Amino acid sequence: MDQVIGNISILESTPIFNLGLLIDGLLIGSIFALAAYGLALVWGVMNVKNLAQGDFIMIGGYLTWSLGKLGIHPLFGVPVAIVVLWCIGFVLYRTVISKVIERDLFTSLLATFGIAIVIQQSINLTFGPDTQSANADLPTWSFADGLITVTATRLIGFVMAVLLALAVILFMKKSRMGQAIRATAQDARAARVLGIDTEKVYQFTFCLNAAICGAAGALVAMVWTVQPFLGTTYSIRLFVVVTAAGFGNLPGVIAAGFGMGVFEQFGGFILGAEFQQALIVLLLLMVLGTRQLQQLRFRQAVQ
Amino acid sequence: MSSVSPRSPTFWLLLLAGVAAPLAFPDYTNQIAVLWLMIIFSLTWDILGGQMGYNSLGNIFFFGVGMYTCAVAQIGLFYDVGMYTAGSRTTHIVFSDFQYFTGFALGSIAAGLMSAAFAAVASFFVFGLRGPYFAIGTLGVAVAGAELMASWDWVGAASGISLPVFPGTPETQKLFFYLLLFGLAFVLLVFLSWLYSTRFGLAINAIRDDEEKAEAMGLHTRAYKRAALVIAAFFLGIAGALFGNMTGFIEPRDIAFPTTTFNIFMVLMVLLGGKGTLWGPVVGAVVFHVIKEVTWTYFLGWQFIALGVLIVVIVVYFQQGIVGWLMERYPARFAGSAAPKVKAEAPALTRGLAPHPGVAE
Amino acid sequence: MNGAVIDVENVSKSFGGVRANRGVSLTVERGRITGLIGPNGSGKTTLFNSIVGYFPIDSGSIRFEGREISNMKVPEIARLGLLRTFQTTRVYGKMSCMQNMQISIPHRKAGLLDMFAREDAATTERAGQLLAFVGLDDKRHMRAGSLSFGQQKLLEFAMALMNEPAVLLLDEPTAGINPTLINGLIDRLKRANTEFGITLLIIEHNMRVIMNMADFIYCMAHGELIAAGEPAAIQRDQRVIDAYLGAH
Repeated sequence: MDQVIGNISILESTPIFNLGLLIDGLLIGSIFALAAYGLALVWGVMNVKNLAQGDFIMIGGYLTWSLGKLGIHPLFGVPVAIVVLWCIGFVLYRTVISKVIERDLFTSLLATFGIAIVIQQSINLTFGPDTQSANADLPTWSFADGLITVTATRLIGFVMAVLLALAVILFMKKSRMGQAIRATAQDARAARVLGIDTEKVYQFTFCLNAAICGAAGALVAMVWTVQPFLGTTYSIRLFVVVTAAGFGNLPGVIAAGFGMGVFEQFGGFILGAEFQQALIVLLLLMVLGTRQLQQLRFRQAVQ
Repeated sequence: MSSVSPRSPTFWLLLLAGVAAPLAFPDYTNQIAVLWLMIIFSLTWDILGGQMGYNSLGNIFFFGVGMYTCAVAQIGLFYDVGMYTAGSRTTHIVFSDFQYFTGFALGSIAAGLMSAAFAAVASFFVFGLRGPYFAIGTLGVAVAGAELMASWDWVGAASGISLPVFPGTPETQKLFFYLLLFGLAFVLLVFLSWLYSTRFGLAINAIRDDEEKAEAMGLHTRAYKRAALVIAAFFLGIAGALFGNMTGFIEPRDIAFPTTTFNIFMVLMVLLGGKGTLWGPVVGAVVFHVIKEVTWTYFLGWQFIALGVLIVVIVVYFQQGIVGWLMERYPARFAGSAAPKVKAEAPALTRGLAPHPGVAE
Repeated sequence: MNGAVIDVENVSKSFGGVRANRGVSLTVERGRITGLIGPNGSGKTTLFNSIVGYFPIDSGSIRFEGREISNMKVPEIARLGLLRTFQTTRVYGKMSCMQNMQISIPHRKAGLLDMFAREDAATTERAGQLLAFVGLDDKRHMRAGSLSFGQQKLLEFAMALMNEPAVLLLDEPTAGINPTLINGLIDRLKRANTEFGITLLIIEHNMRVIMNMADFIYCMAHGELIAAGEPAAIQRDQRVIDAYLGAH
């Protein structure tokens, strides 16, 4: 507790620190925003809440880290991860997801949870339980007498995340498939009647999400750390983001992603790193609680 | 479905089998004891999930609460808990036989009551969530429980608590805990057999089938939901107390609040055996536990991957569960439940809204 | 015998920018059959849902047997004796018809111990009678979900009667029903009114049905009440005709 108070007073006495945390939060938040967008996409189009989202990210991260071990610069991990995860998404869609879409929501939740466990444990077996990070060997810049540090890695991560997000958004707006996806999200039956192959749309959406996660994972490996079981934390984190913003509200999801990044930076600083998991879970419960109170005004339940 | 009351032969057969098992298979006493624990897990999960339609991923929370409550009571009645947890590795603290048994007995009762109390309070927060939100919310509660205990020094934080040692030979200890777990499972089965035959059973089934309709008909849905959670929590709490002492050592993330093992097993067992039936969870628990015990060692290293695959397989291919499938195949055998049903429910054309072929009761 | 059992006074409700109900006032007389008609989008369903407590109203008051219910929740209102049926016909699909009936008993005075009571013979007897009343007696052990749509509607109706309501609000009771079965339904509704003394408030689109059944009719359009009177008068009312023909 004293530690916490001590940390808060540091923030109060040195306001510039807050700026540092804010910047870091936004930089990291960009990756959250990207991955949250993918989650919201799958949720909105197929009504599948992908509990394995964080684990897809970890796959991307470990791929990048492995590339780093082989001497290839981690930045190349992004395209590699995108391609590999796209294929993994394809396989998973065909074998599992397509069979649970038409079922009740708990089934799809459990199915993705099973996938999450398989992924986590496979990574653990292959790479061991240690935390890893891909070294990008890029410069760090300091401001304000060393009180604020901005690593080029994080900045590049931010730029890439933004670029990827923009690419996806543009795709959704302009391309045929993008339109088909949005149509299906609004009303699958109507889309089918109008000749859209919803099966293809679902498949594409799921693969797209996997690829987004792969890219996010590659960035995470450079900017932060990866660990076999860190996936769950990401999944919960992203779920909180999408729930708080509402999955149909895509700009909101992106904003909430950034917000989450900032929140975690401050929270991590004040409470300490060991509480990361606890903090996120607490946030989840708070978001669900708030949603309930909101719905109560309309006498509905959180569906 | 056959009921388990003193009037039915099932009651006596089960009682006999349960008591005789450790005598017939003394080497497997512990495994069968855990089987009874699994049956408790699956039956309590089914109250909420199968019978009432609220799929919880956080039932293990009550198991852990019970475990810790019992430990604190057992120790706290005679010693200072904080000192005990701080010093248990260096000093050996002795409990007399009397202290052990009274502590354990009172602790177990306290465990059930404390879990029930938590459930009563939690019901105000948790039942405003439906479907997947409920699942994830309850999972969050379970994880929060683990994390909170792991950071609370008074109860040993992440290192856990070493419980008082059982005064007696290892043989007696095995039998003692076996009988306790069997007893709890048996009582639970008899209790639920009665409970589902009352208005309570109809009410929670109605909530499962159409909660809005039930509300519109004036049913006290909140009261029934609260009662269901409290009942499940009560039994889970006592089970936690028993298991904690059987293990001799409790630890927040893997023993008290095992969110990725027992917590998920209970769902799988019920899905495997058949949701919403009295015997489905039991059958599912037996099949699951036996398979797991037999194959676990073969899959060493790969166990959890196998578990993940199993989850996916069960969820995708075993929709009705064994008992559900049987009820559909041989409806006449299950007389007393709703008679032959024509599968007139057309598959919905919109995604995610298809009703799943249900079981009669 | 007479007197207003439901008293809606100046009720307004908006959803975002859409004003679904604007200062609507109407009364439902005890023991009578009252109809609520109007073209699509007139706000009838919104008013209906407000009365049963499905959502809160923005302003105005709704009284049931003298008691203000606009701030009460759905189950509370139902327990007071104000019941509704659903347009999409909702029954408990995985339970048998008899079980559907058994759980539909009034829960007004239910105490803690009642939650664990066993269903007694009297309840089952009454359920059987009501099932016979709607012609579903031979299907009492069938799963409700496997009944045809029309049969489910009858079951829902029987369940409502089982609940011993003072007032029954019916949301388009003949929607989706085979024309040959409509007469049977109308007949049973009338008997429920005359024999069981249940007051009915019915939203209907089928003019033949509502003009035949109702003692008094309200007509809404554009969120407002535009006409009220006995069927004969309503049929000739120019505003009603305009609303339907010029509906947009």
